Amino acid sequence: MADITNQSLNEIIENVKTKKVSSTDLTKAYIKNIESAKKLNAFVTTTFDQALDKAKQFDNKPNFDQLLPGIPLAVKDLFCTENTKTTAGSNILNNFIPSYESTVTKNLWNNGSFLLGKLNCDEFAMGSSNETSHYGNVINPVGDQLVPGGSSGGSSSALAADLTPATIGTDTGGSIRQPASFTGTVGLKPTYGLCSRWGIVAFASSLDQAGPMTKTIKDCAIMLESMSGFDDKDSTSISKKKEQYSKNLKDNIKGLKIGIPKEYRVDNMPKEIDELWEKGKKILKDLGAQLIDISLPHTKYALPTYYIVAPAEASSNLARYDGVRYGYRSKQGKDLIEMYEKTRSEGFGDEVKRRILIGTYVLSSGYYDAYYLKAQKVRQLIKKDFDDSFTKIDAILTPSTPSSAFKIGEKTNDPVSMYLNDIFTVPANLAGLPALSMPAGVDKKGYPLGLQLIGKVLDEQKILNIGYAFEKNCGFKNEIKKWWS
Amino acid sequence: MSKEKFDYFIKGEKGKYEVVIGLEVHAQVLSKSKLFSGSSTKFGADPNNQVSLIDSAFPGMLPVINEECVKQAVRTGLGLNAKINNYSVFDRKNYFYADLPQGYQISQYKNPIVGEGKVLLDMPYGSKEIGIERLHLEQDAGKSIHDMDPSNTYVDLNRSGIALMEIVSKPDLRSPDEVNAYIKKLRSIMRYLGTCDGNMQEGSLRADVNVSVRKEGDKNFGTRCEIKNVNSIKFMQMAIEYEAARQVELIENGKEIDQETRLFDTKKNETRSMRSKEDAHDYRYFPDPDLLPLKLEQKLIDDLKKSLPELPDKKKERFIKEYELNAYEANVLVSEKEISDYYEEVAKFSDKKLAATWMMGDLFAMLNDKGLDISKSPISAKHFAELIKSIKSGEISGRIAKEVFEIMVESGDNPKKIIESKGMKQQSDPKELEKMINEILSKNKDKVDQYKAGKEKLFGFFVGQVMKLSGGKANPQLTNEILKKLLKG
Repeated sequence: MADITNQSLNEIIENVKTKKVSSTDLTKAYIKNIESAKKLNAFVTTTFDQALDKAKQFDNKPNFDQLLPGIPLAVKDLFCTENTKTTAGSNILNNFIPSYESTVTKNLWNNGSFLLGKLNCDEFAMGSSNETSHYGNVINPVGDQLVPGGSSGGSSSALAADLTPATIGTDTGGSIRQPASFTGTVGLKPTYGLCSRWGIVAFASSLDQAGPMTKTIKDCAIMLESMSGFDDKDSTSISKKKEQYSKNLKDNIKGLKIGIPKEYRVDNMPKEIDELWEKGKKILKDLGAQLIDISLPHTKYALPTYYIVAPAEASSNLARYDGVRYGYRSKQGKDLIEMYEKTRSEGFGDEVKRRILIGTYVLSSGYYDAYYLKAQKVRQLIKKDFDDSFTKIDAILTPSTPSSAFKIGEKTNDPVSMYLNDIFTVPANLAGLPALSMPAGVDKKGYPLGLQLIGKVLDEQKILNIGYAFEKNCGFKNEIKKWWS
Repeated sequence: MSKEKFDYFIKGEKGKYEVVIGLEVHAQVLSKSKLFSGSSTKFGADPNNQVSLIDSAFPGMLPVINEECVKQAVRTGLGLNAKINNYSVFDRKNYFYADLPQGYQISQYKNPIVGEGKVLLDMPYGSKEIGIERLHLEQDAGKSIHDMDPSNTYVDLNRSGIALMEIVSKPDLRSPDEVNAYIKKLRSIMRYLGTCDGNMQEGSLRADVNVSVRKEGDKNFGTRCEIKNVNSIKFMQMAIEYEAARQVELIENGKEIDQETRLFDTKKNETRSMRSKEDAHDYRYFPDPDLLPLKLEQKLIDDLKKSLPELPDKKKERFIKEYELNAYEANVLVSEKEISDYYEEVAKFSDKKLAATWMMGDLFAMLNDKGLDISKSPISAKHFAELIKSIKSGEISGRIAKEVFEIMVESGDNPKKIIESKGMKQQSDPKELEKMINEILSKNKDKVDQYKAGKEKLFGFFVGQVMKLSGGKANPQLTNEILKKLLKG
């Protein structure tokens, strides 16, 4: 049999079901790939022995009716995994072993899959290049010196390099979609509340949402179906009937109305991005969709709004990392206050500190109204822009990112230019809407580029269908040479 | 009862000062589990034995509101005649401390669950209304223990996350006595409602006390100081007295009062500065994004209202009407739900006035003496009713009743059984009494003659003889009547 690891998740599942490959052989193939890809630094922790045990258990007593029968999966190291170290890419959690399993990963395991390892990410998911991780930056398999995007950079790298058949990330401002775009893969940020946040290390609670990262749209539907669902342990979880996204996947999008927002044509955007967008529009139009020009007038405020709301919540969410009960504690410090100061100074990296400071500032008395409160009001306006548009259209098409993958170190000293990477992705988080990034082409250098589909609340099926039709007609193929092994 | 006049002022050299007091009472919600987690709230468990991953703020843990705590807050709000807000918001109050695992306390800041209300106090100078500003729900913190080890602090998180109601009064209180009455009234209302056990020893009820002073007649408030976390009424009163005197002294010496937070040192009986306004924490309140705003349906509020028990003010009115008690008696008998229940059970089967007198006299004295709550009374309400019945029917005299009461306390026996077995029944048969009295008169002919000659003082002698002969059991009233009749003849 040809190398099974470069197949899609859906194909692999078929091969397992038809017993062309055992879970054990599948797992061994991925372990081999992972061991030869250390250079990419995609993994923080591997759980090979445990994975092989689970694979063996599956092979001894297979249940092929499950969504993910005997499938090994690596996940972002932001999901708490029972008895497996969970670092969130931070030194402050370098010794943290949860006694509990996040709801999302538990859902995956309940559907027949098991853990292969924990994937590197920006520290506390704060970053767009995976350069803020305490465990070193991750390399994009597309090119030796390229960042894989962030914060789910370990996830995108591992997926594109065939180190896991599919994976999951979290997306607070683009952390699934931007790395997917940078690696020529599919990434979906679901509607806020569709996937439980319970057991995921929190960054910004009102924006955080877990979602799938896969090679194909069909894989994305399978993963979303497996990981989502109401959870009474998360007060913001949406109570609704479970959907069968993969079974209901359709490629007929005739008559659907696709909004093209003029505000997403930003200054200094590379011509290639514009051309990619045009290409996308043409494909959808040729498939029978109707393109409609729309306006989302408050889009330009989305990035500044995001960089107030997210750090504000983060500054409070990260207060619990104080060295008292778990995680890293500095050995220095004469009293409680000094212990806090040393622990947090040594435990957090620069980007995290920067955001804690911004967040603390915007919540301070005297500044709260001018920053946080105003940002929340603007957030409502941004949401209203979408609500108004969605009375006329089914989905919105935009570029995923303003550029392709950049070089390691290129933006580390310029946080604002780094933040600009999120310009197309943050509005969906602020409005709580589902948004999908799908590979659509390459730039001059041959680096992948993605297009984004934003849908109505809980309209994941529709954007998956559009993506499915698009994928079949786009002709994108990820040509990654395994230069690292 | 004559009405007294309010007279609590601090006398300075330059005049009289009125003391203005507002209280922020922290009342622990009676609930099986904590405000946002399933951990038990039971008092007295070993340290860190009632702590969930949520209470200890592990990564990725999320709060989920405990509906029962919400209902308890609504019930309490209704009991305080307050406005229940259909929309309220949980906020994060951010600060670092070792016994605050999340690094923030979940509380309610701008939109509390309960708005303005009022509490009525019965003071010797009449009834007084104290305004309630608001009531909100919040989490309790854990406990730092500094004296277990010379160089380390230990933290017990059992209390961490337990639901508290913070009940904020308006600055309507004017004396330590009013504070005493206010706390007792709040406690009584919450105990009637079953929303807080009011146990101050276990920390279920604590208060921050805001004190300011102003010259008698002044309309403007003075600068206030907040005395944090005082856990008994006595300490609250002591702290207020000390603090008011301190402020008056400052004013009289031409000094400014700093708005500050102070601590009450119970050993030295003084308040001390904790932090000034300038050092006040910036708590960086913002709505907790892990929790949706709390929306209460009117039906839930209405249903809770319908199911409220009768509260002390209403019950007092009813007692006055139904049991013909005076205001003072009614007040005492409704002060605790258990007392009122006991009284009603006794009054149901016996004489209501006599029952009140005996309860407030002998029964309370005995309970007080033994340091017992009425729920632990060695005399059950049923037995107590029997005793009152026996007194009322004349079966036993008041004097004998006191003896029976003593035996009941010791033995817990039914008074009927005691009276029976010890032969304490009153002799009330007129024929028997007449026989006995005739016997005594014939034995004391000389005294009868003297009596008839005008020495009426001897009547007491004859009564004494009847009592002696009957072993104290002769019905005194009947004895008097018969004696009079026979001595005339």
